[in-house]
Amino acid sequence: METKKFKRVDGREPEEIREMRAEVGVVPNADGSALFAFGDTIAIAAVYGPRKMHPQHEKDPEEGTLRCNYNMISFSVAERVKPGVSRRSLEISKITEWALRPVLLIKKYPNMVIDVYINIIQANASTRCAGINAAALALAHAGIPMKGLVSSISIGKIDKQLVVDVIKEEEDWEEGEGATDIPITMTQDGEITHIQLDGKISKEDLKKALELARKATQKVYEVQKKALKESLRG
Amino acid sequence: MKTARITGERIKQYLKEGKRFDGRKLDEFRNIEIEENVSKKAEGSSRVRIGKTEVIVGIKLDVMEPYPDSPDKGNLIVSAELLPLSSPRFEAGPPKFPAIELGRLVDRMIRESKFIEFEKLCIKKGEKVWAVFIDIYSINDDGNLIDAACLGSIIALKNAKMPKYDEKEERVIFGEFTNKKLPLKKEIPLTITAYKIGESLVIDPCLEEEDVSEARVSVGATLDGTIHSLQKSNEKEIKIEEFGKILDLTEKTRVKIFKQLEKYL
Repeated sequence: METKKFKRVDGREPEEIREMRAEVGVVPNADGSALFAFGDTIAIAAVYGPRKMHPQHEKDPEEGTLRCNYNMISFSVAERVKPGVSRRSLEISKITEWALRPVLLIKKYPNMVIDVYINIIQANASTRCAGINAAALALAHAGIPMKGLVSSISIGKIDKQLVVDVIKEEEDWEEGEGATDIPITMTQDGEITHIQLDGKISKEDLKKALELARKATQKVYEVQKKALKESLRG
Repeated sequence: MKTARITGERIKQYLKEGKRFDGRKLDEFRNIEIEENVSKKAEGSSRVRIGKTEVIVGIKLDVMEPYPDSPDKGNLIVSAELLPLSSPRFEAGPPKFPAIELGRLVDRMIRESKFIEFEKLCIKKGEKVWAVFIDIYSINDDGNLIDAACLGSIIALKNAKMPKYDEKEERVIFGEFTNKKLPLKKEIPLTITAYKIGESLVIDPCLEEEDVSEARVSVGATLDGTIHSLQKSNEKEIKIEEFGKILDLTEKTRVKIFKQLEKYL
């Protein structure tokens, strides 16, 4: 990647992730919980279950169900978010389920549901990625059988420059080729469990973005792993 | 209601040998039929049939206040309804996730490619702009509603005419059209979705194939290959190499579809 003196708004290097913070056990009532932050973007997630599926007709007699709920709290952004579900939040909830489902081993919980509630406490872009990272940690903390964690990162293309871990000012970039936002979630083996893209990008650059995501998600994973280990130490 | 497991296993077995139930190749679309201007009341409209799958799309225009973050640009509002008449699987009532996702995929393809020239849809900055409503209805679901809806939306936009506007009263004269077309860019985006079934990648699945697919990637791009919107959906993971194949496959398919539908696009 070209790194010829590209200045990011907050002075970071193109591949530099904001300071990450991960902590498990932040909601004592939950069966598992975690916080994950990229700088000012802070997500907390709580897991309840496996518990009986309600409503009845959504029961799956063959395997357990993962049900995620993504929500931004009203004062998480500058302009107040109207409380309640939106089309955006419904979509992110579903995307989060799909991002996490491949690593869950929940065949043994027929008719049961594992509820994951994700709340964005404060937002400066990349909220769905922070939410997925928190949710993966919370599921592990709840002792849900898993093949491994998933780790999520947003890759951006700001004009022609690929960057890792996008912030709001970068997301709103309008000069040159504008901004492209690519949230990606991967397993530790680098398999893609989630990818979305908005903007303008060539196939070649998209492939480069995936390589960046592979490297960056490994860094996210290290932070997640450390938080889990620390929780075990008590 | 869903496809039987035994049928699913057979579909996967067939695909491994490069075969499909209906004799198509893995990257082959069903027959596509297009009708334009299917509604006299809508500013633009289309009917798209892909095999037995059918959608109708209508464009309506109205004048609204602009959004605060785009005071001099028109608005886009996309919604999709999966009509109960189009499948025994769909129920009446508030939209469920598949309908919401369908609308959002179309919305993002159009918005991100900047296909509609929204800057030309401003009437009075900060006060009045044109709002473009794209409404998608399923008439028969036999798989691949996503690509059908995206194609239908583009064609409906292409034949849309601006309605008459009473400048004194500052309101739209509904039912009366001008000869002015909706301002659109030349570069047309099109969404092609690749479905992963077992270890195979398939284009334009019929309903049974869609049922047994465990992951799909919808790629919205223009003919020159510039990608504007992309989403992986469903529960299965995808390897990086596989993702590369999906980009190639959808690109190749897009070029074919553009050629095939040249007179409409």
